[in-house]
Amino acid sequence: MEAEKINQLYFSDVNQPIKYDRRKFLKQLGKGIIVIFSLSELSLLQGWSQPTNARNEEIDFNAYLRVKEDGRVDCYTGKIEMGQGIITSLAQALAEELEVSIDQVDMVMGDTKLCPYDAGTWGSLTTRFADPVIRAAAAEAREILIEIASEKLGEPVENLEAVNGSVYVKGSASRKIDYAVLTKGKKIVRSLTKKPEIKKAKDFKIVGKSVISTDAMAKVTGRAKYSADIKLPGMVYASVVRPVIFGSKKIAVDASALNNFNGAQLIEDGDLVAVIHSESEVAAKAAQSIKITWEAPESKANTETIFNYFEDTITQSTVFEEGGDLVSGKQNSEKIVQADYHDGYKAHAAIETHCATCYFENDKLTVWASTQTPFGTQKELADTFKMPQEDVHVKQIFLGGGFGGKIYNLQAVEAAKIAKISGKPVQLAWTRREEFMYDRFRPAALLKIRSGVDNHGKLNLWEFDIYCAGTRGTKLFYNAPNNLTRFFNKNDIHPFGTGAWRAPGNNTTTFARESHIDATAHAIGQDPLEFRLNNLKDENMIATLKLAADTFGYTSPKKEGHGYGIALGEDAGTLVAIISEVRVDKSTGEVHPVKIVCAQDMGQVVNPHGATVQTEGGVTMGLGYALYEEIEFDGGLVKTRTFGNYPFTTFSKTPKITCVFMDKMNAAPQGGGEPAIICVGGAIANAVFDACGARVNRMPITPKRVLAAMPL
Amino acid sequence: MKQTIGFKLNGKKVTVAINGDESLLTVLREYLDNTGTKYSCGLGQCGACTVILNNKTAQSCMTYVDQFENADIITIEGLANNNELHPIQEAFIAHDALQCGFCTPGMIMNSYGLLLKNPNPSREEIISEMDVNLCRCGSYNNIVDAIETASEKMFKKL
Repeated sequence: MEAEKINQLYFSDVNQPIKYDRRKFLKQLGKGIIVIFSLSELSLLQGWSQPTNARNEEIDFNAYLRVKEDGRVDCYTGKIEMGQGIITSLAQALAEELEVSIDQVDMVMGDTKLCPYDAGTWGSLTTRFADPVIRAAAAEAREILIEIASEKLGEPVENLEAVNGSVYVKGSASRKIDYAVLTKGKKIVRSLTKKPEIKKAKDFKIVGKSVISTDAMAKVTGRAKYSADIKLPGMVYASVVRPVIFGSKKIAVDASALNNFNGAQLIEDGDLVAVIHSESEVAAKAAQSIKITWEAPESKANTETIFNYFEDTITQSTVFEEGGDLVSGKQNSEKIVQADYHDGYKAHAAIETHCATCYFENDKLTVWASTQTPFGTQKELADTFKMPQEDVHVKQIFLGGGFGGKIYNLQAVEAAKIAKISGKPVQLAWTRREEFMYDRFRPAALLKIRSGVDNHGKLNLWEFDIYCAGTRGTKLFYNAPNNLTRFFNKNDIHPFGTGAWRAPGNNTTTFARESHIDATAHAIGQDPLEFRLNNLKDENMIATLKLAADTFGYTSPKKEGHGYGIALGEDAGTLVAIISEVRVDKSTGEVHPVKIVCAQDMGQVVNPHGATVQTEGGVTMGLGYALYEEIEFDGGLVKTRTFGNYPFTTFSKTPKITCVFMDKMNAAPQGGGEPAIICVGGAIANAVFDACGARVNRMPITPKRVLAAMPL
Repeated sequence: MKQTIGFKLNGKKVTVAINGDESLLTVLREYLDNTGTKYSCGLGQCGACTVILNNKTAQSCMTYVDQFENADIITIEGLANNNELHPIQEAFIAHDALQCGFCTPGMIMNSYGLLLKNPNPSREEIISEMDVNLCRCGSYNNIVDAIETASEKMFKKL
């Protein structure tokens, strides 16, 4: 799927799987029992998985599993592992239904030749959509194994059961056949024909149990391979010559100094100018010797003026949600509260930069790329070189973090162009500086809110104008009968690339909404917790908030200079409530997070340990955007270029974080990688207000902004 | 002109031909195929490339030939004893102190350097010493727990 299409989906709520035609992948399969499954057959899973009847989006998840002749199981999925832990949780779901141990399962991920099509790993879609499919396929495989065993043992299927890699005659410890015996010499290919029997929570042996990541061993020994760890015979390293200002056009190239670098070769293809060399540091130095005259685009806005620029420039809007009547809403409100909220550009700043290693052989291209979209990369490369998609092979590899930033694959296109022109295997690893320029940043945004409350403390009016952040997660879960949510956007409004950043838009809009809910509560002298409980319409959200408040000890007394802050949100099907405690140094304006509790209703929790790690990770990362992270720029001149001027959360800035989940083991599993992060900004902003009275309406909440907002 | 230099890498003497201005990170990854040590910032601001040089931690992206020639260097590849994991590696697994795993080798090597000079650090000392290492996935609290566990195990053996 193309990046722009993903962006469109990513900034809104994706509530059903993405559909595509099934690919031809069966011919290369070896022997064993193979179950293929496509989401077009998902109606079989009604009641368990997500509803599929909604919009006619081209979404699909295809997967298959193979019980091999040795009894081990391969699971093939186009998803990738970037730290979110699905290499473990999907294996868990499969092992549960197939009745094997988790170490019998080999996950084959993100390889375009071996795995069926997948739209990409983003949007917290895996556990919501891939997990039920894999369970169904595993349950089907289990039934096939029992059928074969029935013939061999001469027992009817109802007398048999699958346990730990064998089929047993019920009640007998000795009459059994191992899966390896049942699959020997067979090739059975099936897709789902009927609704399989999927286990209920009470029968789970592996799902719902905490499992240590199956890839941990490779990662602690340095053996885990990332795309820059691939070394090919005769490979050269590429270094691209970049302009200082984003969007500059090449006018002239002076490569006369290249002669000083023995073995360096110049590669030119339109605005792409690069040097290759068999040693990476020589390639980098040689690239620096090339002088290019660039024509830079004119600056239209900078870090400070961008918000007014949005408001002045973007006039078109679409209505996302509306209800009641704004005029009577206004008239019947005792108190009207109005405010603007701002959020700056943020980088993904994954520790691994974008990288691709690739080679052409007989007009076929093989690529190891740090990408969240292997099939999207395949298509992009095939389109670039006008070659058939099946001639581009994107291979499985670990990613050193993604967070939405590796949906876009410019580095793979650049590497492949250089490989094509040079005729050599090429590795291109972006430097940190390139990363800070060609990363597609989380967009800056302006949010304008007007709320009204009646004399019973009930929200009566909610007007929400969103500039650039998207509508994901903004469907009102507060009961405000008179409401209007509008989305303002314009193509090419940003001075550089922007894109999806962990729970796109939802961090920004949740910060604004939850700050404003807090301000509205304070405007009528109500406690923010009480005000929220008074105005929420969804019982599940109320229960999640209460769980957070109880776990946090919301009524416990605060120390001097400390404050508590609440934020609620919804993302990828999961409900989130965060309560934070911060200490504010009133003389410097510095905010120190002390404690954070995150409660989530995420349906069934497949791997409680993995879910905790994801949630804690999201909260930790979220503290960065809330308190420290902001890209400084003037037009396309990105001034933030290193980790030195892009601070984010470190060891010493991480508070104690407690994660709790609603007990919903019989419900469908929901998103886990993104949701928690959305509430961090609001919970911190509200805690800062509680601690010192400073209402900071712009993220990051820097000491300077806290001091400026401090009441006199 | 290439020059041949030597140093000890994970207990074994190695010789390598270099130009003379490369970082140790490039020598390890590119010339000696030890890719466990990672590049991330190239400026000593993230700790992903941390190795042990003469019993002290060093950020290999900022370490040059005058420092590493004839030195004794340990990288993530040299921590396990044959197939037996080092207690720090074991503790990182037990606490699931990693997500994407890209910062993990640097985290483990900095922990190793910390425990070499201070076998029984307090939680505050761990946080202070590890603060130069960045993890974008947010595994910090689990990493501190892992280092505490490793320290307890190693300290008892002393």
